[in-house]
Amino acid sequence: MTPPILLKGGRVIDPSRGLDHVADLLVVDGKIAAVGAGLAAPAGAEVRSVAGKVVAPGLVDVHVHMREPGNEDEETVASGARAAVAGGFTAVCAMPNTDPVTDNQAAVGFIVRQSVRAGLARVYPIGAVSVGQRGEKLAEFGEMVGAGAVAVSDDGRPVASSHLMRTALEYARTFGIPVADHCEDPTLAAGGVMHEGLVATRLGLKGIPAAAEEIMVGRDCLLAGLTGGHVHLCHMSTRGSVDLIRRAKAQGIRVTAEVTPHHLTLTDHACEGYETHAKMNPPLREAADVAALRAALQEGVIDCIASDHAPHAYDEKEAAFDDAPFGIVGLETAFAVAHTELVGGGVLTLPELVARMSTEPAKIFHLPGGTLAVGAPADVVVLDAAAQWTVDPATFRSKSRNTPFAGRALTGRALLTLVAGKTVHDLAAPAVS
Amino acid sequence: MTATLPNLGKDLTGLEHLTPEQIRLILDTAEPFKEVSERPIKKVPALRGKTIVNLFFEASTRTRISFEFAEKRLSADTVNVAATGSSVSKGETLVDTAKNLEAMRIDMVVIRHPSSGAAGFLGQRIRSNVINAGDGKHEHPTQALLDLLTIRDKHGRIEGLKVCLVGDVLHSRVARSNIWGLTKLGAQVGVCGPHTLMPRGIEELGVKFFPRIEEAIEWADVLNVLRLQLERMEKGFIPSLREYYRVWGVTPERLERSPRPITIMHPGPMNRGVEIDSRVADGPHSVILDQVTNGVAVRMAVLYLLAGGRPELADAAKRGGGGAE
Repeated sequence: MTPPILLKGGRVIDPSRGLDHVADLLVVDGKIAAVGAGLAAPAGAEVRSVAGKVVAPGLVDVHVHMREPGNEDEETVASGARAAVAGGFTAVCAMPNTDPVTDNQAAVGFIVRQSVRAGLARVYPIGAVSVGQRGEKLAEFGEMVGAGAVAVSDDGRPVASSHLMRTALEYARTFGIPVADHCEDPTLAAGGVMHEGLVATRLGLKGIPAAAEEIMVGRDCLLAGLTGGHVHLCHMSTRGSVDLIRRAKAQGIRVTAEVTPHHLTLTDHACEGYETHAKMNPPLREAADVAALRAALQEGVIDCIASDHAPHAYDEKEAAFDDAPFGIVGLETAFAVAHTELVGGGVLTLPELVARMSTEPAKIFHLPGGTLAVGAPADVVVLDAAAQWTVDPATFRSKSRNTPFAGRALTGRALLTLVAGKTVHDLAAPAVS
Repeated sequence: MTATLPNLGKDLTGLEHLTPEQIRLILDTAEPFKEVSERPIKKVPALRGKTIVNLFFEASTRTRISFEFAEKRLSADTVNVAATGSSVSKGETLVDTAKNLEAMRIDMVVIRHPSSGAAGFLGQRIRSNVINAGDGKHEHPTQALLDLLTIRDKHGRIEGLKVCLVGDVLHSRVARSNIWGLTKLGAQVGVCGPHTLMPRGIEELGVKFFPRIEEAIEWADVLNVLRLQLERMEKGFIPSLREYYRVWGVTPERLERSPRPITIMHPGPMNRGVEIDSRVADGPHSVILDQVTNGVAVRMAVLYLLAGGRPELADAAKRGGGGAE
């Protein structure tokens, strides 16, 4: 058992209980033991002054790609978990578009074992909706949940069949898990590589219209209404999607949604010069979309921020735009990008940001964490909200470097990350491994 | 005097980022090179000792031959590489190709590639000059330059003319390069065709959209009729070639209603009886073969200027003097 840790004098932010005050936080036996003023250190405790820093529940990312099994050169559960804790995340949910696809209990169990073996962030598997993600036959949700899956998704590709989506939403109700959908009408998006708009016209690249996403958002909301199932909409990118979600929520439909840091901060102009690090799916949209997504996050129409961490080998992105793969890494920049742009830009307060990156995602995926309540697992992050740093992909713990934020000056980063009371990231002592 | 002349830079990847002065420089430099092709001995020593690779990842007859003639008439050593249908992904091939070409110490690369941005990608990775001979749906700058030269020959000017691009603008790199070149030189540009073949936001590039060919004909001084790729029908952008001809085909009957003679251009290869009626293509106002002739001169000018040739020496170069050292 790890020794007790006493974090003294930090600004303790716990959105699960509406707390934001200067206090000490004591961790004993891997759990939150006390939060309050002037706590005494038990014998053998590690005492750290965190005055001027923020103590918050560990960040939770419901959408990452770990590439294991299948593309271990790009990321593994262990390397992804290391990137996660460096970014302040204590729990992440791994999408099932691995090779082979994580579509059965044995494959789900493998992810869980790799996570335990790494002993860093908690990596929760998401099982596939359909066998092989082929969009035909439902995967065995019950067995996958039994093995540790926390949701199902065919992310990377949409659930094209409305009938399959309907049955997935109905069937998932028994197990109390969300069905996370990558919203994209495959016939409208076919061949597209960036947002359909003026920039794509100038660059001569095939666009993906906003309607390709919105059609599926609309469909999924209708099917969630029909079935009473919980649909979780991945990486929302358009203002039209925001309107559809707002309407569905007003009708009491069980829909939740996430947005990535990059869709909150970048537009299709980032693709200028055929910048393949700005190629992702859904694509970066327009300024009006960014504004609507920010407002939706503020309002709670969009529930949480998720990174869609998508590692790719360096030489895969070293290609003509059409030929490069979609996706960017995000675990090690997500908090800082969101903090710099959203808190710095007056969109969210810091407690609101912590809620959108920890408490809310934990709640909608029914994960432990997202709270500093006494007795909860000690998944804690200490953030330096004033730390200024410049993104240097060479220093990433992730195996991949594909980020559009290289060279970007950011404010705020994780100093210390505890998972079940164990120090898994310590910026002051980077030798932790 | 040379200090005040514009320089083309290392590569020619498109017209979007060229200045009007740079475009005029190329057109003016092409003028003296026209005559070289009219001589019994069609060769000048301007690029003697330079090695040029024509790297074609897509099938091309006209453009490749035109470049090859331009290179040979400037005395360059040329190698043609047709890299079609490789099992390796196109991106990987391109990076490795770039590195291999660099290792062979060549001077210039003329590249055609199915991916937009491929020429710029190559240019950023090698020291040699790179000339874009068509990249995906992005640009085909030498085609637009020869179109500009042909319009200038025919009308004596470009500024103030109304030029309409007809057809599949959505998939056309020729259209994009023409839009940039024409607008930079002060022409008014129109586009005409079915909505399914018009890219999003095209009017924001400063062009006027005509849904019907009759309106375009009434407006234009020049029609540049784009090739309709036959596969567009299979992909569902238009229902049939027959209907396309009925609604958008450039026919003598339609042209007769124009208040003035309209210059007819086509970048080739033509689908006679689809986007253009044979009587129009072969008619008195067609400059389609002049475009082909000018293509060689324009490409000679581009090669010469990128190789470091000074424009005022182009006259001397064609007489057998001064080279591009």
